[in-house]
Amino acid sequence: MPKGSFRGGVHPPENKERTATLRTVVARRPSQVAIALHQGSNCPLTPTVAKGDYVRMGQKVADTDEKWGVPAHSPVSGKVVSIGLVRTASGVEDQAIFIEPDGEDALDESCVPVDNVFSRSPEEIIRIIRDAGIVGMGGAEFPTHIKLSLPPGANVDTLLLNGAECEPCLTADHRLMVERPRDIIRGAQIMMRAIGVSRTLIGIEDNKPDAIRAMGDAASSAAGVEVVAVKTRYPQGSEKHLIKSVLGREVPPGGLPFTVGVVVSNVGTCAAVSNRFDRGLPLIERIVTVTGSAVAKPANLVAKIGTSASDLIEECGGFVGQPGKIVFGGPMMGMAVSSVDVPIGKGTSGILVMSREESEDLKEMPCIKCGQCVDACPMRLEPVFLHQWSNAGLWDEAEAYHAMDCIECGVCTYVCPSRRNLVQAIKRAKFEISARRRAAKERGSK
Amino acid sequence: MGNTKLIVTPAPHIRSGDSTPAIMRDVVIALLPAAISAVYFFGAQAAVSMVCSVAGAVGAEYIFEKIAKKPVTIGDWSAAVTGLLIAMVLPPHVPVWIPVIAGFFAIGVVKLLFGGLGHNVFNPALAGRAFAIAAWPALTTSGYLWPASAEGAIWAVRGFDAMSTATPLTLWKMGEIGGASMSKFYQSLFVGNVAGSLGETSALALLIGAVYLLCRGRISLRIPLSYILTVAVITGLYGQDPLFHVLSGGLILGAFFMATDYVTSPMNPKGQIIFGIGCGILTALIRMFGGYPEGVCYSILLMNAAVPLIDRLTRPKRFGEVTSRA
Repeated sequence: MPKGSFRGGVHPPENKERTATLRTVVARRPSQVAIALHQGSNCPLTPTVAKGDYVRMGQKVADTDEKWGVPAHSPVSGKVVSIGLVRTASGVEDQAIFIEPDGEDALDESCVPVDNVFSRSPEEIIRIIRDAGIVGMGGAEFPTHIKLSLPPGANVDTLLLNGAECEPCLTADHRLMVERPRDIIRGAQIMMRAIGVSRTLIGIEDNKPDAIRAMGDAASSAAGVEVVAVKTRYPQGSEKHLIKSVLGREVPPGGLPFTVGVVVSNVGTCAAVSNRFDRGLPLIERIVTVTGSAVAKPANLVAKIGTSASDLIEECGGFVGQPGKIVFGGPMMGMAVSSVDVPIGKGTSGILVMSREESEDLKEMPCIKCGQCVDACPMRLEPVFLHQWSNAGLWDEAEAYHAMDCIECGVCTYVCPSRRNLVQAIKRAKFEISARRRAAKERGSK
Repeated sequence: MGNTKLIVTPAPHIRSGDSTPAIMRDVVIALLPAAISAVYFFGAQAAVSMVCSVAGAVGAEYIFEKIAKKPVTIGDWSAAVTGLLIAMVLPPHVPVWIPVIAGFFAIGVVKLLFGGLGHNVFNPALAGRAFAIAAWPALTTSGYLWPASAEGAIWAVRGFDAMSTATPLTLWKMGEIGGASMSKFYQSLFVGNVAGSLGETSALALLIGAVYLLCRGRISLRIPLSYILTVAVITGLYGQDPLFHVLSGGLILGAFFMATDYVTSPMNPKGQIIFGIGCGILTALIRMFGGYPEGVCYSILLMNAAVPLIDRLTRPKRFGEVTSRA
C-alpha cells in the first residue's frame, strides 16, 4: 500500500471544478436567521434570550450545562422575533431562535481578542474554545473542547489537521486553505498549546496543489508544522483513514484517535479558533460551497450560521430547471433536506442542488455477491452480510460482523451494481444495536 | 422557491453507474470469441445449440416468473449468460432439444427454485450440464466430434478415425497419448482444433474473453490463476505434462468463466484463492485417479457447496484489528 493512502475506498468524479477557483464571497445579509437549539452533539440548548430581545452580533443566545454542549451565538445584530419550530437538515422539527437582522452588525462587547494566548493554561484555552461555540466543522459537529480535553494518561504526540475534503463537489475547505492559510496555522498552534504537542501535520488530498502550496508556505514559518499530500481517494477525510495515510497508524476498533497518539481537527475548525482568539469572534459564520447542476451560479459563500438554504441558493442565481434534491454536505454523506427553508448549521460545508434526473431513485436489484462492497469498504467490513442481517432483524449477527465499526461513508452503496441501499441498512443495525446496548446498561444499573 | 417539491433519500446521492445487467453483458461479450470459434470449428450446429440453450434458459425464467406472478427479470442478462455457457459445456453433437432442456433445468430448478438471481448455491450452467450428462450418458461417448480441419497425423493415434468421438483427455485417459512432454499437441489445443465441448476447445478465444473481463475489472486473477496453477503443479508432480492439462478439456473455460461466477464463489480474496486451489486439486484428482477423463464441472460444483463455509472462515481483518500503533 502506497504511503498517503489506505485499503479500499473509491474515487468518484470530483466535480469540484465548478467552484475550486472561485474566491469566497461574503453572502448577503439574510432577512432572517434560525439558530437551532439542537446541535450536533445532541445536547438541547436553553435560550438565554427571549422573544422581542435585541441581540448584538456575537452575543450568546443559548447555552447548556451539559458537558458535551456548546453555546450558540447570534450571527447578526437585531431582534429575536420568535422562538419556535424549524425544519432541520435531519428532517425533524426542532426548536430554534429566529432573529431578524437590523443591518448594523453591531458587535457584542464580549467579542474581544484574547491576548497572551501562549501564556494561558490549556484548561483556559479549552474553555474559551467551548464558550465560542466551536464544534468540528467538517460535518460531524463534534464539540472541539471535548476533543481537546484528553483523558489522563493519554499519550498524544501529533495534531493532525484534516484538509482532505474528500467529498466530491465541495470546495469550502479548499478555498479556506488557499485564502486563509495563516489563520488555520494560528488556530493549530493554539490547539497544540491546548493538548501539549509540538507537532502538527496537515493532510491534504493531492488534487488541491494550490492549497498544498499555500499551506506549505504558511507552515514554513511555524515550528513543527508540516503539510503532507495524501492520495485523492474517498473517504480520505475520515479521521481514521487520514491518520492511516499520514502516520501509518490504525485506530483500533472502538478506539478514538488519541489511542494512537493523535488529535484530528478540520482546517475550518482551526480557522474558527483563530477567529475567536485573534478577532474575538465566536463561531457565527462559515464557508459554504453552493454547487450542483441545478443551481445557476455556484459559489463559495461566507454565510452566517442560520441562513436558510433558499437565501443562499437565491444569491447563487436560483435554480436551473426543476431541482430534484438539495443536499446539505457532499453527495456521499450529505443529508437530503425536505425544504428549502432549512437553515445551515456549523457543520454545513456545502449545499448541493441536484437536478431531477440526477435525483432519480434507482431500483434495487438482487445481490449477485460480486463482492465490490467488500473490496471497497475502507473499514474492511462485509457490507453484503451486514445488509442481510439488518434486513432480517438479526442484530446479534450484525454486531458480530462489526456493524458498529461502520463509519457510514457510503462507499458500499456507491459501488453496488445492484443499487442496494447497503449503508442505510447498516445504519439501521447500528441504531438498533446502540439501543439494545443502552437498554442492557439501564437494566444492569437497576 | 418556498414550495419547491424536494426528493429526500438517504446518502449517498451519487452512484458509480455500474449495474448488474452491464456486468452480465460484459460476460456475454467476453464469451463471443469462444462462440465464434465454436461455429468456426464445429459448424452451424454450434450456433443452433447456443440459440437453443439460451432460449431454454431465458424461456424458463420468463415462464416461471410469469407463473409465480413475480417481476420478469430476463432483462438482467443473467439467464442469457447461463444459457450461453450451457451450450458451451455440452458436446457439439447433440440433438437440439437437449440444450433446451438443460437450459430450462439450469434456470428453473438450479436458479429459480433456490430463490432466483443471487440465491443459487450451484453454478446453474454447470448443474445444467451435469443434469444433461446424467440424463443422457451417451452424450459423453457419442457427442464429441473432431473438427473437420483437425489433423489426425499430429495425434498419431491408432485408428484415429475410430477414435473420432474421443477428446484429447479421453485419448490420454485411454493411454493412447501421454508422457511428460506432449508439446506437439500444444498448438492444436491452444487454437482449439480438437474435439471437446462446444466452447471449451479454443484456449486462444477464451483467453481473449478473459483479458476483456480482467480489463473491465469484472473478474480478478485470484480464482482462475490459483485454479490453473494448482492443476499444473499437481499434474506436473505426477509426471504429466502440465501444459497439456492446462490447455485440455474445460479448464480454461471453467477457471475464467465458471469458477469466477460471483454468486457461487467466495467473496474475500483469501477465500477466492482457497476456492481456486480446491477446484484445482479436485480437477487434477478426478482426471488422474477418477473414472472420468475430465473433472472441471464436478470440481467447481463441489467447491460451490463449500462457499458459505469458506466465506465464514476467511472473513477480513477489520480496520485497526491487526496493527495498532506503528
